[in-house]
Amino acid sequence: MTQAKISAQGVQVHYADTHAIKDVNVEIADKEVTAFIGPSGCGKSTFLRCINRMNDTIDICRVTGDIRIDGEDIYDAKVDPVQLRAKVGMVFQKPNPFPKSIYDNVAYGPKIHGLSRNKAELDEIVEKSLRKAALWNEAKDRLHAPGTGLSGGQQQRLCIARAIATAPEVLLMDEPCSALDPIATAQVEELIDDLRQSFSVVIVTHSMQQAARVSQKTAFFHLGSLVEFGDTNKIFTNPEDPRTESYISGRIG
Amino acid sequence: MTQKSLLTVDARTKKRNASEKRFKAFGLGAIIVAMVALVILLTSVVSTGSSAFKQTYATVSVPLPEAKLDKSGVRDLDVMKKVTTIGYTSLLRDGIVGTVADAGLTTTLSAKDIGKMLSKEAAATVRDHVLANPDVIGTSVEFSLLMNGRIDGYFKGRVTMESAALDGNTSPEELQLAQDMANAGLVETKFNWAFLTAPDASDQRPEAAGLGVAILGSLYMMIVVLVLALPIGVAASIYLEEFAPKNRWTDIIEVNISNLAAVPSIVYGILGLAIFINFMEFNQSSPLVGGLVLTLMTLPTIIISTRAALKSVPPSIRDAALGVGASKMQSVFHHVLPLAAPGILTGTIIGLAQALGETAPLLLIGMVAFVREYPAAYSPDAGLFGEAATALPVQVFNWTQRADPGFVERASGAIITLLIFLLIMNAIAIFLRRKFERRW
Amino acid sequence: MNEHISSAYDRDLEALQTLVMKMGGMVEDAILSSAKSLETRDIVLAEKVRAADKKIDALEEQINEDAARIIALRAPVSKDLRAILTVLRVAANLERIGDYAKNMAKRTVTLTDMAPIDGSDSALRRMSREVQEMLKDLLDAYLRRDAVLAEDVRQRDHDVDQMYNALFRELLTFMMEDPRNITTCMHLHFVAKNVERMGDLVTNMAEQVIYLVTGEMPEDDRPKGDETAFVGDVD
Repeated sequence: MTQAKISAQGVQVHYADTHAIKDVNVEIADKEVTAFIGPSGCGKSTFLRCINRMNDTIDICRVTGDIRIDGEDIYDAKVDPVQLRAKVGMVFQKPNPFPKSIYDNVAYGPKIHGLSRNKAELDEIVEKSLRKAALWNEAKDRLHAPGTGLSGGQQQRLCIARAIATAPEVLLMDEPCSALDPIATAQVEELIDDLRQSFSVVIVTHSMQQAARVSQKTAFFHLGSLVEFGDTNKIFTNPEDPRTESYISGRIG
Repeated sequence: MTQKSLLTVDARTKKRNASEKRFKAFGLGAIIVAMVALVILLTSVVSTGSSAFKQTYATVSVPLPEAKLDKSGVRDLDVMKKVTTIGYTSLLRDGIVGTVADAGLTTTLSAKDIGKMLSKEAAATVRDHVLANPDVIGTSVEFSLLMNGRIDGYFKGRVTMESAALDGNTSPEELQLAQDMANAGLVETKFNWAFLTAPDASDQRPEAAGLGVAILGSLYMMIVVLVLALPIGVAASIYLEEFAPKNRWTDIIEVNISNLAAVPSIVYGILGLAIFINFMEFNQSSPLVGGLVLTLMTLPTIIISTRAALKSVPPSIRDAALGVGASKMQSVFHHVLPLAAPGILTGTIIGLAQALGETAPLLLIGMVAFVREYPAAYSPDAGLFGEAATALPVQVFNWTQRADPGFVERASGAIITLLIFLLIMNAIAIFLRRKFERRW
Repeated sequence: MNEHISSAYDRDLEALQTLVMKMGGMVEDAILSSAKSLETRDIVLAEKVRAADKKIDALEEQINEDAARIIALRAPVSKDLRAILTVLRVAANLERIGDYAKNMAKRTVTLTDMAPIDGSDSALRRMSREVQEMLKDLLDAYLRRDAVLAEDVRQRDHDVDQMYNALFRELLTFMMEDPRNITTCMHLHFVAKNVERMGDLVTNMAEQVIYLVTGEMPEDDRPKGDETAFVGDVD
């Protein structure tokens, strides 16, 4: 059996005295989209941010347990979070392009990680990333215009291009469509479907329809615990746990 | 229950509207009072000070006989230098008497008195010119010479015939002759560049007093403040905001920095006196010490405004940078700092403007001295910025202490100059902020 | 099962279910009435059954519309989705049972003019009664989400099929005995076939109820007792 791309065992997260994530075990496969769903405050975003160690920036946050990517423990003392984040990209809820040009936005990551030897290679990386993010046609004539001048949906695709420019293996998306209109949302979802052929994608979403449309596996979080994890198909037609059933039918918030 | 129509205003709304109107009226009144006070201040300053930018000069043909000026006959500078301004004074006297006679003007004044119409500074002007250009000896040269303070005052309206009669330093006849000379085109009041470039002058020569030294001194100090306070302040601020752990120690430091901003500036003067002059034995009255003291004073302002600028950068930018795999340093220097730059610049310039106008600490470190030589930026025995100087606000203080009423005008003129510099600095701050402001 | 956060959703689902129960009741009546009218050769009753079928059709249309609306507005998942799918299938099946009942009533008018065949009446009556009971139990099972009862209903179709087999041979015998019986027997056969089909449709609905409750269609083959396809086959 192929090794899971990301595997978590006994993960606990504490914010000062609050026990936010309680003993989560999950295996996330490669070249697949896994959705995290659950009501507000259930810990899905918190758990997502553990995977690229973004929780390190929060002083009061303590993470224990085992999280491995490709078998390597990412919380090992030898692991540099900066290097980890080149391998595990992140797209946030509100599109947050740098206040620089479109080109510079995408080129920043490769530049600081030394992924290109000269300008020509950098240009290539930028073009490839923008193409993969379905933004190339709209952006190619104004690569040096500011990234903040794009529309909401375009900005989010720019952020996706920026995240994939560092050639990550895992892409984490924290409610990427919640600030977008339905058309932009559909475009991003289409993009995610394409991206999963190259990366392992984990997406946190509030919209169950989106989780159902976009993912192959779904994990339902509730009050900090992972209640059920399985094929998206099964979760939405015949879930095992009554809490899952209640949540997806709109019986609990 | 009858429905209340929207078209009728009920009592409560009326009361509320009335109190709003009252509040607006109070606000407007306060602003008007402030504007009026400002207008009064500016008017009084400008009216007394604007005349400092004009000065009365006489065009006099001065004979420069060799017999008097160059005993050696070979233009030996050492010999020529032996002739002091006193020697030149008599030549000037001859010159002005001759010029008056040539113009056909009559007066009851003696030659000595006519000579006194010129400023005591005029002799120095001629002497400097001769020493610089020895070949004019033996000829008669036309000079534009400073007239004395009272005559200058007459043309500016300060001195009248009545006051001249009571004045020991002048007489109505002098004023009359000056007037006649002006009518003949020999005397004119023109724009006074010397006010900004000339060094300070002694009590007897308010007409010759200038801001040259003070402006240089202030400039050197501003350079010191900029070079020291900006990097230190910004670096400290970045460390406190981004890297320092959030514990009790950091809190204590933050509170203390805020308190430092409120410390009276004279305390910094005492600090400077004790440490820089007594302990480290820097030169008293040097722009270096002045700059160091002002740096200490400006640091809290810069740190506080930099922190505010850094805090105003939205965390989403930091998250985005970290998410792409930037280290903390990279995210701060590549992303946060450029976005915070307008705020930092504004804070720095405001801090500098404040420092420009500070007087109390400079008095304590001895910049009150009467300095006649332009301080050099660097000299071998005094070191960098080590030569004695004075500063603009100190000069104002100095001049207000002097007896001669001519200095009142000078002091006001200096205040105007100071205000103009402050305006320019604030305008630069606004311009820079507008130019670099980015939307995110 | 606790309620939806949106109470309007719950009300909509309940209203839909009520419609289905109403339709089921009307179809039960139709079966009973058409069987009775045949037995007693009551033309007036037969006419009533025919007229009532229009109402049954109208109900099916309304149920379809309401179900479609709920799907569009609520995007139901899991249990709710199965509930809506069940409603649609049950309504469709009920409507066809109603049609068969109407058909029986039609033939009653024709058969009134003909001589009765011995034993056929009672056999038909037994079959109709059996199917009507199956339908009643099925509606119960649906209302109470009782998979066990639904499975029981499903198995009982075997009895109906057996009865049909017997009746088929009997009518065949009658036709071979006396060719003047052929017309009557043909009609009677169609009536019997209708009732047997009704039984099959109730079985469909029973399977649907099991799917609703357990989430899976029953895997084993339903009892297929209809051997009439093989009668007369020379082995």
